[in-house]
Amino acid sequence: MPEEVKKKRITDVGPHDYHDYLSPMIKKNYGKWAYHEILDPGTMVHVAENGDKLYTVRMGSPRLVSSGFVRDISDMADKYCGGYLRFTTRNNVEFLLENEKNIEPLKKDLEKLGYNVGGIGNVVANIVHTQGWVHCHTSASDASGVVKSVMDELYEYFVEDKLPSKVRIAFACCLNMCGSVASSDIAILGTHRKPPKINHERLVNLCEVPSTIAACPTNSIRPEMVGDKKSVRVNEETCVFCGSCYTVCPAMPIADAENDGLSIWVGGKVSNARTKPTFSKLVVPFIPNEPPRWDKAVQAVKTILEAYKKGAEPGERVIEWIERIGWSRFFKITGFEFTKYHVDDFRLAETSMNYSSHARF
Amino acid sequence: MGKKHETPLLDELKKGKWISFVREMERAAEKSERTEDLLGQVEESYRDKITHWKHGGMAGVRGYGAGMVGRFSEFPEKYPGVKECHSIRLNQTSGFFYNSDVLRKLADIADQHAGGLFNFHGSTGDIQILGLTQADAEDLFQKSAELGFDLGGSGSDLRTPSCCVGPARCEFANYDTLQICYDLTHAFQDELHRPSFNYKFKMKFSGCANDCVAAASRSDLAFIGTWQDNIKINQGEVKNYVKKFNVQKYVLDKCPTKCMWFEGENLVIDDSNCVKCMHCINEMPKALKSGDQKGLSILIGAKAPLVTGPRMGMMLIPFYDVHEDSKNDYEWLKGLISNMWEFWDEYGVSRERIGELIARVGLVTFLEGIGLEPTIDMVREPRSNPFIKFEDEEAGAE
Ligand code: HEM
Ligand code: SF4
Ligand code: SF4
Ligand code: SF4
Ligand code: SF4
Repeated sequence: MPEEVKKKRITDVGPHDYHDYLSPMIKKNYGKWAYHEILDPGTMVHVAENGDKLYTVRMGSPRLVSSGFVRDISDMADKYCGGYLRFTTRNNVEFLLENEKNIEPLKKDLEKLGYNVGGIGNVVANIVHTQGWVHCHTSASDASGVVKSVMDELYEYFVEDKLPSKVRIAFACCLNMCGSVASSDIAILGTHRKPPKINHERLVNLCEVPSTIAACPTNSIRPEMVGDKKSVRVNEETCVFCGSCYTVCPAMPIADAENDGLSIWVGGKVSNARTKPTFSKLVVPFIPNEPPRWDKAVQAVKTILEAYKKGAEPGERVIEWIERIGWSRFFKITGFEFTKYHVDDFRLAETSMNYSSHARF
Repeated sequence: MGKKHETPLLDELKKGKWISFVREMERAAEKSERTEDLLGQVEESYRDKITHWKHGGMAGVRGYGAGMVGRFSEFPEKYPGVKECHSIRLNQTSGFFYNSDVLRKLADIADQHAGGLFNFHGSTGDIQILGLTQADAEDLFQKSAELGFDLGGSGSDLRTPSCCVGPARCEFANYDTLQICYDLTHAFQDELHRPSFNYKFKMKFSGCANDCVAAASRSDLAFIGTWQDNIKINQGEVKNYVKKFNVQKYVLDKCPTKCMWFEGENLVIDDSNCVKCMHCINEMPKALKSGDQKGLSILIGAKAPLVTGPRMGMMLIPFYDVHEDSKNDYEWLKGLISNMWEFWDEYGVSRERIGELIARVGLVTFLEGIGLEPTIDMVREPRSNPFIKFEDEEAGAE
């Protein structure tokens, strides 16, 4: 091949064809699975129409992983699964085994390497999360640290099936909500409590004023001359500290060490089973950042989980339980304070009011 | 070797049973001074309770406007390894299937050209490699492209589509989520690599209403598998379940439309009243299967809260015959999508998601714009206010 052709840049090739990474058994039974069974919280079996059995061993992952982690799971896949493996939509790792006898040895090897097997069934599966202080400039908290702290505390719920239904926990470090915080059973969200500080000197050079104004959900930004410089003014009365202006305008930083922290939400879901998909709703408006362990936030999550475990009927997701007992009882049981911050005052807020004489005493 | 940083706060997070990201960062740091400095900077954030990344920053590869996120440290002198600390998105495989061979090659690339750190995976779906400099970008891109992994999306473009495990390992799948995800990603390579939209646009594919990839809340266009005919009942297996648990209480009574009952020992379903919610099939997978006329529903407009509030996907197409259309290379679907993009291009404003545009102009205007008729499945209920804009023709000329 001539040197020139070899050097030609490769572009627009798209993702690799997944067929190359399907094991022979999966290829053979593609679209022909009959049923599956959960064997324990770390293992399930899928049975094909022809009787073929594919075993899945699921392993937790911190999502932020080293090349060493990638090589570890590759070694395990070679040893037990003909080299094949996959990741889940919640960032767990799945080993796909054809031989039932390999399940226990694989689990033992994983344990030896310090990995966690679980996450199947009525459990707390992995926490979908974001970048935090490791990589994002708009974060109000750290993702990896909060997630590690919560999962350490709830570890038993990852490795044992003892909840009424599955509980999806998600984390996002700011209101951009990169991920699934908006619709999870329990959600932890990074939250600011102070308006952005405006660098009037640099704003005109760094930012486009119209798009900065348009970024604000509460119309709190107005153009303004400061000295001889074009800049903006923020109406602090109406600002809700969302940080959207900072996303588009570097001269409006909003992070604040003392006033940033976390809020806790519950009762979202995306599945359509029984009830329709729904958003998560506010439980705790603010908990300060407490690195490295975020004890108060972790305890709040645990309080919700334990109240749900105690109160829900088998098969009920968190929102189904809460709607059955009512939000007033939910707040009573969990001991969280209901405040003015819980009453929606954004657009379409009135749809969340109680238009009835129904009340629980 | 770069300077080793003291990390007493992060060290706390090496304790406990859940696998530690700090351990992972330290493993990467053994090979990469950049990641040692990343540890140092993150420790400083833990101390100061604030991020230490500068705002935004440009980074990218030639010919593409997307695929890399630029990131610069606030303290380049103190942490030279993360002076530049970009991340690059590689388009994952459909269903996140890999083998050991390709994973090792990706690990080598991450060690050689970046900080030896990954996100497996980003929440949109991409493999993210963390900690590269602009100077690494071209080599990293070309080496992954040689492996068959192109970059994913970022910015105001079509973001990387993603799907559930589907027919590869799930008996509930009503269509081939992996194949359509792969096909459409390939069809729209230009829209993915070269941002030309008002804002981001995401697509996700779930094989049934369990929605394991959370399409209805995380994608502007959500594809959710369904069926049109009757649920298939194996009465023998129903009887086995009746012996095992209270089917009346946990299945029949929980059906949202109460369209199932027992006649004698036989389970009966009034399929005309079934909304395909999956509950009964989830509870009794050996006894119940979705029908034979399979396809999918298309929901539109989901997004996170900014700017006008969070939105879930709303019903746009109750039933799309993906099997038929895929034979014509998805001609109908591609037409629909390009109509949407044209309408969005014409009437949307900068940084307005398509769901916000629909809310602003009204669903009917949007439907007219893309050539669809309104149907009753698009609404929860008809309007209850009388502010109706009758059209002139219907009112009759004067
Ligand atoms: C400040 C700059 C931002 C950074 C660094 C950032 C980072 C990320 C990353 C790394 C992902 C995963 C991407 C992937 O898998 O390829 C992601 C996904 C996402 N981002 Fe952002 N993001 C930013 C801004 C925003 C904004 C402005 C919004 C919305 C207003 C947003 C909403 C989302 C959502 C909803 C997802 C998840 C989609 C899904 O679940 O598939 N992000 N973000
Ligand atoms: S949620 Fe906010 S802070 Fe976190 S990664 Fe997304 S944009 Fe950044
Ligand atoms: S933080 Fe949000 S609400 Fe406050 S001015 Fe900025 S965009 Fe507006
Ligand atoms: S969405 Fe449905 S088809 Fe896809 S993996 Fe989940 S249960 Fe299976
Ligand atoms: S799929 Fe849902 S609506 Fe249909 S019969 Fe089963 S439980 Fe009822």
